Amino acid sequence: MTEANPPRRRRRAFDWSTAAIAALAAAAAVAIYVRDGREHFLAIFGSDLTLFGAMLPKVLAGCLIGAFVTMILPRELVARWVGHESGFPGLLIAAFFGFLLPGGPITIYPVAGAFLAMGADAGAVVAFITSWTLIGYTRALVWEFPFFGPHFVIWRIVEAVPLPIIAGLLARIALRAGVRVTAERDE
Amino acid sequence: MFLAVNILLWLVVAVLAFIAAMRGRVLFNAGTREGALEFLRLLPRIGAGVIGSGFIAEVLPKALVASWIGPGSGFFGVLIATLGGALTPGGPVVGFAIGAAALKSGAGAPQVIAYSTAWALYAIHRLVIWEVPLMPARVVWLRAAVSLPLPFIAAAAAMVLAQP
Repeated sequence: MTEANPPRRRRRAFDWSTAAIAALAAAAAVAIYVRDGREHFLAIFGSDLTLFGAMLPKVLAGCLIGAFVTMILPRELVARWVGHESGFPGLLIAAFFGFLLPGGPITIYPVAGAFLAMGADAGAVVAFITSWTLIGYTRALVWEFPFFGPHFVIWRIVEAVPLPIIAGLLARIALRAGVRVTAERDE
Repeated sequence: MFLAVNILLWLVVAVLAFIAAMRGRVLFNAGTREGALEFLRLLPRIGAGVIGSGFIAEVLPKALVASWIGPGSGFFGVLIATLGGALTPGGPVVGFAIGAAALKSGAGAPQVIAYSTAWALYAIHRLVIWEVPLMPARVVWLRAAVSLPLPFIAAAAAMVLAQP
């Protein structure tokens, strides 16, 4: 187990994209209130609030899973499995870890950065991030299900299964063609 | 279905918490605190995204959505959706909220898949704000570059399979 944690970005409870969405939502809410009246406004507000309430326990579970996994994951072992000599199986393993590993945007990038620093191949790291982004199960269960429902999400994931491998292969082709990457972060 | 999802997620939490506790009380406490803090930090973002999504869906001009990215919009609709995904800010729920709203307003499923795939993979805002500070920049740009065709592949798969 390694404690070589990359520096964490300081995060605030407020950010500009949230503010932009909140402003957009407020404008839309006012427009509906004026256009369709109080009844309709309250009906939409009620169903949004229900969705929000239903998401909260899932989100809390997702946050706890992300925090625990980041702490107990044997990163050196993983880095060895997806290292420079790992070939095609390395891409498959990386994609599988992406599926398995939970967490939000902040938990995954430090893990991926640590993999790189420990000698993982950039193609495998690309496959890992792509897989985590598109077919990671916690992301789908916590965030996507409440909005789209199981049918849509399951089919979207099925159609995304080959994508991490394609991305990883493309990245390896680019690396072989002379694109250079370093494990150091350029500030 | 949603109850099953909750049970599954909390079972995973229980197993991970148990493993952490076996390794020591400090690790268990740190994990619990870190997870709870993350949850609190996310609350306002999710609140804005989820509570706002219904209102935004309701005011989206349905005729416009259907003609630009509707089921009949084909490759051009996929292209528009992909561009839209890349330009949507990269919070945790924004892209899903807008995608779900578009779907309710008459967008086609392959187009919405292209949108949410592009948003998840290379929303420009997220690349700059989240990924570049935490990863080597060259790897981030390499990853974004090789991801460019992926929304199109996903949308093509959705068209061929005629699902969802």
